Amino acid sequence: MNHFPEAWGRPRDDVYGPYNSSYLQTTGPKGHTQSPAVTGTTVLGVKFNGGVVLAADSLASYGSLARFTDVKRLRKFGDTAVVGFSGDISDMQYIDRLLDSIDVRENYSANGNTLNARNIHTYLSKVLYKRRSEFNPLWNHILVAGFDDDKKPFLSSADLLGTTFSAPHLATGFGAHLAIPILRRLFPEEKPLEDISKDEAVAALRECVKVLWYRDARSLDQYSIAVISAQGIEFQEDQQVEAQSWAFAETIKGYGAQVN
Amino acid sequence: MTSIGTGYDLSNSVFSPDGRNFQVEYAVKAVENGGTAVGIRCKDGVVLAVEKIISSKLLKPGANKRIATVDRHIGIVSAGLIPDGRHFVSRARDEASSWRNVYKGPIPVSALSNRLGSYVQAYTLYSSVRPFGVSAIIGGWDSEAELAVDGQVGNGPNAGSGGKVEGAKAGGPGLYMIEPSGLYWGYYGAATGKGRQAAKAELEKLDLSAGNLSLLDGVKEAARIIYVAHEDSKDKDFELEMTWISTLDGPTHGRHEAVPRELLEEAERAAKAALEGDDEEDDATKGDAVDSERMQE
Repeated sequence: MNHFPEAWGRPRDDVYGPYNSSYLQTTGPKGHTQSPAVTGTTVLGVKFNGGVVLAADSLASYGSLARFTDVKRLRKFGDTAVVGFSGDISDMQYIDRLLDSIDVRENYSANGNTLNARNIHTYLSKVLYKRRSEFNPLWNHILVAGFDDDKKPFLSSADLLGTTFSAPHLATGFGAHLAIPILRRLFPEEKPLEDISKDEAVAALRECVKVLWYRDARSLDQYSIAVISAQGIEFQEDQQVEAQSWAFAETIKGYGAQVN
Repeated sequence: MTSIGTGYDLSNSVFSPDGRNFQVEYAVKAVENGGTAVGIRCKDGVVLAVEKIISSKLLKPGANKRIATVDRHIGIVSAGLIPDGRHFVSRARDEASSWRNVYKGPIPVSALSNRLGSYVQAYTLYSSVRPFGVSAIIGGWDSEAELAVDGQVGNGPNAGSGGKVEGAKAGGPGLYMIEPSGLYWGYYGAATGKGRQAAKAELEKLDLSAGNLSLLDGVKEAARIIYVAHEDSKDKDFELEMTWISTLDGPTHGRHEAVPRELLEEAERAAKAALEGDDEEDDATKGDAVDSERMQE
C-alpha cells in the first residue's frame, strides 16, 4: 500500500483504481458570461425639432423577478449626451464607469470635453463589437441621444453584437415590437422632423411607456424621461404612468379567469 | 557652496555627515528659479495662480498651460523644471484614476497629496534617479454633498439599517504643497518659485486662517500677489494663468476650471492699479524685502 503523504485521505488505488487526475485540472476552456443576469427592459427614443427625448422605466429584473425598482437606466455623458441602457445592469455600470473615465480624461485638454453623442455612439459600438468578438459580450442594447457634429439631433442604437442602427425613433427590447408601431403611426416617415415639437415627442413616449406597462411583464409604471436640447439635458426622474385603465384586459382572451 | 568637493553631493540617497541630502537641496535650487506659483484656500473655494515667464515671442499667448486638472476637482501648479511638473501631474492623474477604480468616487485632495508625497519622496532614496525639480501646489474641493458612487443605479431601500451620521460635515477646500524632498503640508496659502518670499509676505497679510476670504476676493488677491512677486524680475515678460475650484453651488460647481477671461482681466487690471498705487507710497520698503531674500540664499 502507498503510505506516502500525498495518498493520505484519498481512495486507495488498489481498491478503487487510479484516480483520473484530469478532473483536478484548473486550466481548461475559459468561461465567459453567456447570458445576462439582472436586466432592464425597453429604452425608447424620439427625435424632435431641436433635440431628442429618451425614456426608460426604473425596473431591473432578475429573470422574471422584479428585483430592483429604482434603477436609473438613462445615464448622462458630459453636458450634451445621454445613453439609455437595456440589458444587463452590471454591464451598464461597467460602461457607465468607462464613459465617466473618458469624460475625466477629455477634460484634461485645454478645450474641455468636446465629445458629442455621435462620437460616443461610434466608440460604444466598437467596444460592444470588440467584446462580442472575444465571445465575452457586454449584454446591452443601447440608445445614444444628443447632437452630431453639425449640432443636429442625433439618435442611434448599438447592440451586444456591435450592430448599429439609426432612425428618427428607436426602441430596444420589447418596445421594438410594441412601441415602434405606435411611434410610426404618430410620426410617419413623410412627416419632417421640423414638424415634431418637444411636447409631442414627450407625450408620445409617455403613451408608449404606458402601453409597455400594460403589455410587457418585465416593465414598471415608474420611469425616467430625458430631454436633450440646445438648452441642455432635462431629466425627469421618478415619473409615474398616469391614468391607467385596465378595462381592456377584460377583452383579452386566453388569460386570467376567462375560460372560453 | 559648502557641499561642493565633499563628494556627498554626487549621488542621491547619500547623506552628508551632518545629515543633509545635497541632491535634494540642489533640486530646491531648481525650484527657486521657476516662475512664482501661488495657491489660496478661501472659505468657498481654492485659487491657483502662476507667473508664466514668456521665454520667446514666438509662443502663442494663452497656450502652453501650466496649471493642470486632475480628476475633475483638483488642480496642480508647480514651480521649477516644467517637464518634471508634467510627469508629476501624469502620476497624479494615474493615482486619481486608480482611486476611482477601487473606491468608485473622486479622490480626496488630502489622499492625493499623501500619495504624491510618497511618490516624490521615493525619488530621494535611489542612486539611479534624481529628485523632482519641482514644488507642486495641489488645490481642490472635496464635495460637501454626498456623491453617488460611480455607476450607481439606484438609492436602495428607504427602510433598514443605514449607518449614516446625520449632519456630519464633509468636504471643503484643500490646499497642499509638496517639495522636492517629498515633504508636504496643508496650507491656508502657499507660494513657491522665484518670488515666493514676497508672495508669502502678502499671503500672511490676508489672515487666511480666519476663513473670511471669499473665492472672488481670493482671485483678485492671487493676481495681485503674482504681480507683486514679479516686481523682482521686471525685465522679463510674463503671463498670468489662474484657475479656481468653488463649492458645488459656486461658479465652478466643485470643478477645477480656468478663471473666466473677463474675471481674469478684471483681476489683472486691479493688480496693476494696486501696484502703481504702491510704488508711489513705499519704494523703500520693497528694496528691504529683496535684500532679506538674498540673505537667506
